[in-house]
Amino acid sequence: MIEPIFLLEAAVNGILLSGVLALLALGLNLIFGVVDIVWIAYVDLVMVCMYLVYFLVMVYGWPLWLAGLGSLALGALLGLGVHLLIITPILGSAPVNQLLATGGLLFFLQSFATFLWTTDHKTVRLALPILEVGGMFLSFVRLIAFVISLLAMLGLWVFLRRTYIGTAIRAVSQDREAMALMGANPQYVYLVTSAIGGAMAGLAGALLVIQYSVHPFFGAAFGPLTFMICVLGGLGNMVGAFVAAVVMSEIISIGGVVISTEMGYVIAFVVFIVMMFVRPGGLLVRRG
Amino acid sequence: MLELRGVTAGYGHFTALWDVTLRVEAGEAVAVVGPNGSGKTTLMRVISGLVAARAGDLVFEGDSLGGRKAHEVVRRGIAHVPEGRRVFPRLTVADNLRMGAFQPRARAAFAESLARVYDLFPVLRERERQPAGSLSGGEQQMLALGRALMSRPKLILLDEPSMGLAPVMVLRLFDLLRRVRAEGYTILVVEQNVRQVLRLVDRAYLLEVGRIRMEGRAAELSEQAFVRKAYVGL
Amino acid sequence: MRAGRLAGAVLLALLVLGPFLPMGGMRQYVLHVLIQILVWSFIGGAWSLMGRFGLVSLGHGAFLGLGAYTVTLLWNAYGLTPWLGGVVAAALTIVVALVVAYPCSRFQVVGHYFALVTLAVGEVVRLLIIAERNWTGGSLGLSLRASPSDSLLAMQFADKRVFYYASLVLWLAGLWIWYRVDRSMAREAMEAIGEDETAAASVGIHVTRFKMGITMLSAGLTAIGGVAYAQYITYVNPDTLAGIGVSLRIVFAVVLGGMYSLLGPTVGTALTIALGEYLRVVFGLRLIGMAETIYGLLLIVFIIFLPAGIYGSLRDAVTRLARPARLAGGLS
Repeated sequence: MIEPIFLLEAAVNGILLSGVLALLALGLNLIFGVVDIVWIAYVDLVMVCMYLVYFLVMVYGWPLWLAGLGSLALGALLGLGVHLLIITPILGSAPVNQLLATGGLLFFLQSFATFLWTTDHKTVRLALPILEVGGMFLSFVRLIAFVISLLAMLGLWVFLRRTYIGTAIRAVSQDREAMALMGANPQYVYLVTSAIGGAMAGLAGALLVIQYSVHPFFGAAFGPLTFMICVLGGLGNMVGAFVAAVVMSEIISIGGVVISTEMGYVIAFVVFIVMMFVRPGGLLVRRG
Repeated sequence: MLELRGVTAGYGHFTALWDVTLRVEAGEAVAVVGPNGSGKTTLMRVISGLVAARAGDLVFEGDSLGGRKAHEVVRRGIAHVPEGRRVFPRLTVADNLRMGAFQPRARAAFAESLARVYDLFPVLRERERQPAGSLSGGEQQMLALGRALMSRPKLILLDEPSMGLAPVMVLRLFDLLRRVRAEGYTILVVEQNVRQVLRLVDRAYLLEVGRIRMEGRAAELSEQAFVRKAYVGL
Repeated sequence: MRAGRLAGAVLLALLVLGPFLPMGGMRQYVLHVLIQILVWSFIGGAWSLMGRFGLVSLGHGAFLGLGAYTVTLLWNAYGLTPWLGGVVAAALTIVVALVVAYPCSRFQVVGHYFALVTLAVGEVVRLLIIAERNWTGGSLGLSLRASPSDSLLAMQFADKRVFYYASLVLWLAGLWIWYRVDRSMAREAMEAIGEDETAAASVGIHVTRFKMGITMLSAGLTAIGGVAYAQYITYVNPDTLAGIGVSLRIVFAVVLGGMYSLLGPTVGTALTIALGEYLRVVFGLRLIGMAETIYGLLLIVFIIFLPAGIYGSLRDAVTRLARPARLAGGLS
């Protein structure tokens, strides 16, 4: 039997992990809600940003916060690029083509990363302490990543509620055509959304690379999980995204300690499948 | 002010409008009536740029609108209140009105427009903080109208404004539309409620399976003539 | 039509005689590529049975993996012949497909959401294979226990030509099934479902039953494809036979070829495999990752510029060329 303290530690670690996952799910959710296309390669963009932070910090000796800002900027640029080069030409295509175009990007990014940087795992080492709280060992790095994720989500919330373009983004996700009738150029709104979604991927990349090693297939490990949290959270529902992220990362974290890492994921995915039948609008939305 | 010459339009292989020609003068109110599926909504969508015309030309204040996207058409002063109102349900009433003034020219005059809309529809001021989805059908129609006015239009397109409203609400709505008219807006309205709409407008067209069948001054056209033509086909 | 039939007959004759044509030292390699194309075309055809009716699955890797692993494990552990093992594998896969597809249909999980649910199923199967490493070999994969000599019972042969003819038969059978489904009474009904569920339901079609039927068929055939692949390669691996990667590859090939025509999946599969092989040969062990990089780029370009697939785009081009002539004729 596993000692309760380990379970508690796993639970706390699950919560800490949920911050970044919620951030990612929100970025994806924003794009899905506004443009109505799932970026299958979203977490692969995160992977590219993780490499940037790795090189800036470990090779060029930049301070981490500056590298993080660089990662944010790269994410935004990648978001713009993906929208302009891949999404714009297929906006009117069949959904399967839309999935496949970003799926092609996934192949491209994974193999290009393999080509450029090989499949070696690369780690950003930080000399930050491990905290001991009541017999549990908690990583200070994870705590920081969690807090920054929360702040970023708060920032996004303020942006979507308080700014003109933020409100317009919410309006487009509710009725795209009506917003065009208000004089908003859809392409402009899409571009702003894609840049913000990309920037969140960039920020998440910086927060992830200090916790996990980066390798070309990083997206394959976190991608499906992110889609699922995004859908479970419910479109445009920030609280929902956070709750979904907590639920999924708790299952993975505790499942990982009690059974095995893979079984943790298996249980989380099965929960996702079942929830899609019971609560298709998201965890917090009752079937209408 | 607005002129359509031989406009043909549709979706995919389906043609909804055939060779439609119509005119709206500045300060006028014009109605297009016709049975369900006669192409009225398509007509509105072609004017506002949501659907591209396949043939023919649209001229607004001397400039061609051909090939312009919806967001460009609004900027030239045409506001479209779409069928089914289409307010943003999870945005507050105030935010809906803010979105109405999205384009720069309208945003510059935001405060003044808002005061005017609140004067016309005081209920919107009361409901300012509520999500639009929680309003009644009549209130949503007022919001949709107010949101269109926020763009400081010269011409307002109204698509079935009375649809889905209770009979009492329909009467109130037409009263409000008369007040909007009195403010000097030019209106092109599509309606199934022939009796009410003929009391609102100066002139009317009858649209039938995508073609203009009749045109005349509202006062001269008896309701019977239109109704018979539109629904009995005599 | 006549010319088409003739071309088909010539192609078939070439395929049948293929292994005996003079190819010098290339024979083994050419056969290897052809077998891959035939088996993956069969799998692509199975996918398109669902795909063309709006059931876009990103989880066919799960069915493939279930088929391949079931037959391999039954043979390795109990010596059960793949002939029976294949039946068990297909049956098991159909059951799993039903367990997922029934609630999807019942609760109206469609479009992007259906794709994501099936993607989750694919991941579940991949992770289960990895988690149960004690008997599946985990992410290292598992080799098929070799039988001492060529054996029909073990479905193992040293000569590639046997596999070649077997996969040719499998491929033809797949085409025949596809054709039958296409022609069957269900055709119009299913297309109506693809267009609009409520419309189909209102004309009295039992949407759920049709969806279940087509899903069972598609899953079962995909499992058989997995069995065939495992028997030929004699090695199974969770990353090449389950998960998103392989699921996406199947869908790519089909959409590239065109999922609404009989030979579309085959054309797309042949092209993607030929492309992959070509890039692999060009780059060899140099520039690792470059071949896949170009592959990914080309896929994006294809999807953007040939949205209806190669077959569909050709057809559209032909109608575009034909239409003005017809219109002019109508006016005169």
